[in-house]
Amino acid sequence: MLNLLEKHLPKIVIAPTTVAMIVCMYGFILWTGLLSFTKSRMMPQWDFVGFEQYVRLFDNPRWHIALDNLFIFIFLFIAISLVLGLLLAIFLDQRIRNEGAIRTIYLYPMAISFIVTGTAWKWILNPGLGIEKLLRDMGFVDFEFRWLVDPDMAIYTIVIAAVWQSSGFVMAMFLAGLRGVDDNLTKAAKIDGASAIRLYWHIILPIMRPVFFSAIVILTHIAIKSFDLVQALTGGGPGYASDLPANFMYTFAFNRAQMGVGAASAMIMLFGVLAVLIPYLYSELREKKS
Amino acid sequence: MNLKMLSGISLGRVAIYLILIVFALLYLAPLYVMLTTSLKDIEEIRSGNLLALPNDPTFYAWIKAWSSACTGSECNGLAPFFWNSVKIVVPAVLISTVVGAFNGYVLAKWKFKGSELLFGALLFGCFIPFQVILLPMAILLAKLGLANTVSGLVLVHVIYGVAFTTLFFRNYYVGIPTELVRAAQLDGAGFLNIFRHVFLPLSTPIFVVTIIWQFTQIWNDFLFGVVYSGPGTQPITVALNNLVNTSIGGKEYNVDMAAAIIAALPTLFVYVVAGKYFVRGLTAGAVKG
Repeated sequence: MLNLLEKHLPKIVIAPTTVAMIVCMYGFILWTGLLSFTKSRMMPQWDFVGFEQYVRLFDNPRWHIALDNLFIFIFLFIAISLVLGLLLAIFLDQRIRNEGAIRTIYLYPMAISFIVTGTAWKWILNPGLGIEKLLRDMGFVDFEFRWLVDPDMAIYTIVIAAVWQSSGFVMAMFLAGLRGVDDNLTKAAKIDGASAIRLYWHIILPIMRPVFFSAIVILTHIAIKSFDLVQALTGGGPGYASDLPANFMYTFAFNRAQMGVGAASAMIMLFGVLAVLIPYLYSELREKKS
Repeated sequence: MNLKMLSGISLGRVAIYLILIVFALLYLAPLYVMLTTSLKDIEEIRSGNLLALPNDPTFYAWIKAWSSACTGSECNGLAPFFWNSVKIVVPAVLISTVVGAFNGYVLAKWKFKGSELLFGALLFGCFIPFQVILLPMAILLAKLGLANTVSGLVLVHVIYGVAFTTLFFRNYYVGIPTELVRAAQLDGAGFLNIFRHVFLPLSTPIFVVTIIWQFTQIWNDFLFGVVYSGPGTQPITVALNNLVNTSIGGKEYNVDMAAAIIAALPTLFVYVVAGKYFVRGLTAGAVKG
């Protein structure tokens, strides 16, 4: 009896997690998926209406603004974070004095919540009292900086705050990657008389390919999930000009009693993540096998 | 790996240092602005500018943010919500870490048929956008009588945190030689004894990494907090957001900034004290997860 228990103990130990995972991840995804095909509004109900909620979702101009914003945000957030992170990592990798202290400064925003980041940048970008006033006081009397209240520009304030928060992390990933590059490789390149730029462009960067890959996947993931930063910095506004899909989902599912539309938007978000994740995992697995 | 060509030219090195320092100042600027703004009075904020040091530093904003600022209809400052967050974070971090340690131990050293699949399925959970589980979880919590409670939030954080903690421990334990397990088994030790006497003594670093990771994640959480808490059980991130968006009797930017710093202090403190482990958690959670 005791032997039997001992034999199955590993499975017993991991059983609660397995059950929680099956119910609260896969079961819930299925549930949300099913719900997105029903008429549900205030409360879940199970009259299936096919793709009606998806049609309503894609008929909603607010959803299209959220999607457009997401593409702008993903593209700029990733591009700027990668370039900045890579450059800072390369510069930091030149036997810099006080490297540890500088690294700590670049990375600390990552320890802070997006709500704090949003609150801070909301103040810095405050039209009237923030950067605008700073520059006017410095003598640029006609300087204007009102992106926070400009429907066309509000999404870019989210890019600024998100880059501030996450680029240090990208720097840390690249720095770890650079430290892993074989020194002999660079020595050989130098003996051949390669210039610093050629060395990085033709030899180091290609080796960094996996780091680029991981960084892009992680940043995409952060971007698609971004909810708190928008909520704190612009509240999705002015109007709903800076909404992202996560904010759209929250508003429709919880504030507007439009569960079906909310569920449909959540499923689209899931497919968005999968579209990035599956090729990534696939290439990772293939690399391991070869 | 370094740029010898540049180090030969001192001008190049000066430029590198200059760029690094300018960016360090840029990264520090928001913290500086928050801190100085929180120490000014509202007159000075309106007349001066962002980068000016406070003429006459005052803790008025800090005291108000902590104990009497309005976060919606009530005006008790952030203090009650700070303690809510503590009540959510402590049990959620401890439970998810312990569960993760056992799971990781099983998945690394006690593989059974299907355990790799289980690990893969769990890993996947690190990536799902939580929007896709928000609605059903709200209904489950209501059914369990845990809607708008601290216990409900603890449960949610444990369930969705375990994927990460399991990943951390599993990857760490994979690196411990299986011969140690075999040798202990020959001595007659079983599943639990091997964990206690062989694995646990080797686990301090991974416990530190996991606890720090979970602490930062859960303290900084806003999504679960705003969806699953009610009046009186809100975590500090939700209260901060309410405080900033409540403007009874005029906007007090100094109070907003003091409140933001209060909300950030615990995780900033952990980062300064244990930054090394923080970075390790980030890269482990990120690169592998």
